[in-house]
Amino acid sequence: MISTHSSADTPFVVGNREFGSRLIVGTGKYPDNETMVRAIRASGSDMVTVAVRRIDLDRTREEGILYHLDPGEFFLLANTAGCYTAEDAIRYARLARAAGFNEWLKLEVIGDETTLLPDTQATLDAARVLVAEGFKVMAYTNEDLITALRLEDAGCVAVMPLASPIGSGLGLLNPYYVRAIKERCEVPIIVDAGVGTASDACLTMEQGVDGVLMNTAIAAARDPVRMAAAMREAVVAGRLAYLAGRMPTREVAVPSSPPLPE
Amino acid sequence: MDGKVTIRLNGKAREVAADITVSGLLDELGLVPGMVVVERNREILARESYAAVRLSEGDQLELVHFVGGG
Repeated sequence: MISTHSSADTPFVVGNREFGSRLIVGTGKYPDNETMVRAIRASGSDMVTVAVRRIDLDRTREEGILYHLDPGEFFLLANTAGCYTAEDAIRYARLARAAGFNEWLKLEVIGDETTLLPDTQATLDAARVLVAEGFKVMAYTNEDLITALRLEDAGCVAVMPLASPIGSGLGLLNPYYVRAIKERCEVPIIVDAGVGTASDACLTMEQGVDGVLMNTAIAAARDPVRMAAAMREAVVAGRLAYLAGRMPTREVAVPSSPPLPE
Repeated sequence: MDGKVTIRLNGKAREVAADITVSGLLDELGLVPGMVVVERNREILARESYAAVRLSEGDQLELVHFVGGG
């Protein structure tokens, strides 16, 4: 049998834990919980992000995601989405850990309401505190190399530069900076936020990064389950293309067939 | 002491029985302890303590859980 994986890939390891998929998916903004679970299964992801929120006591308890998502089936990665200060992020991180699943965290400290761009200084401050408390911190940041190096230095188990603003679907705006981060950091680089469709995910993986995290691209697709399947293929394709090594680009045409005899 | 105390529960005033425990309150609210994290006066309570911790007048209680997010 011919294998499409002629050159085997290295396993995807974050913080000493191996994951089966390089695609990490969020659980927000789905039209309903059943669609969410079907989409996550179709994505092939084994790590999924969740948020921590105050329980709305006036509403049905069924809004709790654990009523729909089996923590035995998926590795839960709690986020600090919506936090605007290091203090808030640290507080929500501790609440998430107290839920009792794991000590992993997607650290996110937002600096601006309009763009949702990260507050990198506050992210660094929070990362240092949380790493010291034993958290495995996967830090969401912008595509700035210096911040990425500092987050790695702070002990984060992964650095997660954005492709473009959260929920924008603008795709990978700065492949050069993302590549620079990948080349210089030793921890896994997972591009988080901004992917809009399968080609964005593929192009992102072609930069050589270790993984991609997305939510809205799947949840807000017309058919989230089908888009999740597309993302699964796109991430694998992009990874394979990166490993295969693309041909050089040229500004002139070069024939693929041998010339006709004179 | 009889009757009721007033606590702040997720930002809103709420009257509860004066000697109620955290377990008792979760039960009253129909919440499953394993699905909830409780913060009392900004300190996270260990689940094992829910049955022992009694609420006092003016306690600030935050109940949080996991929801969908990216």
